Amino acid sequence: MKSAVVLLPGLNRDRDMIAALTKISGKAPVTVWETDTEIPDVDLIVIPGGFSYGDYLRCGAIAARMPALRAVAEKAAKGVMVIGVCNGFQILVESGLLPGALMRNTSLKFVCREVKLQVANANTTFTRNYQPGQIIRCPVAHHDGNYFADAETLARIEGNGQVVFRYAEGTNPNGSINDIAGIVSDKGNVLGLMPHPENLIEAAHGGSDGRALFESALGIAA
Amino acid sequence: MIKARVTVTLKNGVLDPQGKAIEHALGGLGFGSVGSVRQGKVFDLELNATDKAKAEADLKAMCDKLLANTVIENYSVSIT
Repeated sequence: MKSAVVLLPGLNRDRDMIAALTKISGKAPVTVWETDTEIPDVDLIVIPGGFSYGDYLRCGAIAARMPALRAVAEKAAKGVMVIGVCNGFQILVESGLLPGALMRNTSLKFVCREVKLQVANANTTFTRNYQPGQIIRCPVAHHDGNYFADAETLARIEGNGQVVFRYAEGTNPNGSINDIAGIVSDKGNVLGLMPHPENLIEAAHGGSDGRALFESALGIAA
Repeated sequence: MIKARVTVTLKNGVLDPQGKAIEHALGGLGFGSVGSVRQGKVFDLELNATDKAKAEADLKAMCDKLLANTVIENYSVSIT
């Protein structure tokens, strides 16, 4: 499987993401720059974390209007898998590829720590290598990860099983409604999550709970 | 030249932790009358245009496409 990583000014987790994809897929991802209007033929596009465009206006708002994101939207409409992590998740909600919004953490503080996640739906392209309800470890590092959706949208995504990761065991770090940490699109090919699975993929990271997410997406058997 | 002001505010029912923090700080300064604070944003724009009706339509489009996130925010446009 071939992958691509979107690069935008102000992102800072791109290197970690490229390293994770290279280690897990055995092949370096192609990179896509902010002004690129076309994305090569790949199976998976990843938007990494960071602070694109300095978080000006709203986190992810400027990035979501760049040519590269229009190209991502075109690919997503054709069924290509897309993962947005942290700022990447914020960009996906700002671009309308995922429902809801990500607001300032209720603590008003930047949180950088490890949390527990429950796999709320193990029947997606991105989570099939996890067990249903499995609790995994994952680091978070963000200031604006407080997921919000209006009551109607929330009922819809909960009913459709679009909530795929929830903060577990009282570790919700940001006040997200229903402890939501990650969601997929209604068609299931776009995933956004605030935690950083790319930072927990090998023994040197202190654990590898994040690895199965990428292996699921890349079609690597558990 | 048309000058305009766009005001973006959080929708009712959307939690505003920053507004809450400001509310508490005002209370701490002795302003006991403060019941609640909601924080928003103001944009002052200068448009190279003369047609006010078109300018207003353009400003609303700018709000829908970028200045406001209509999932969580309302906006209002005033032309001065």
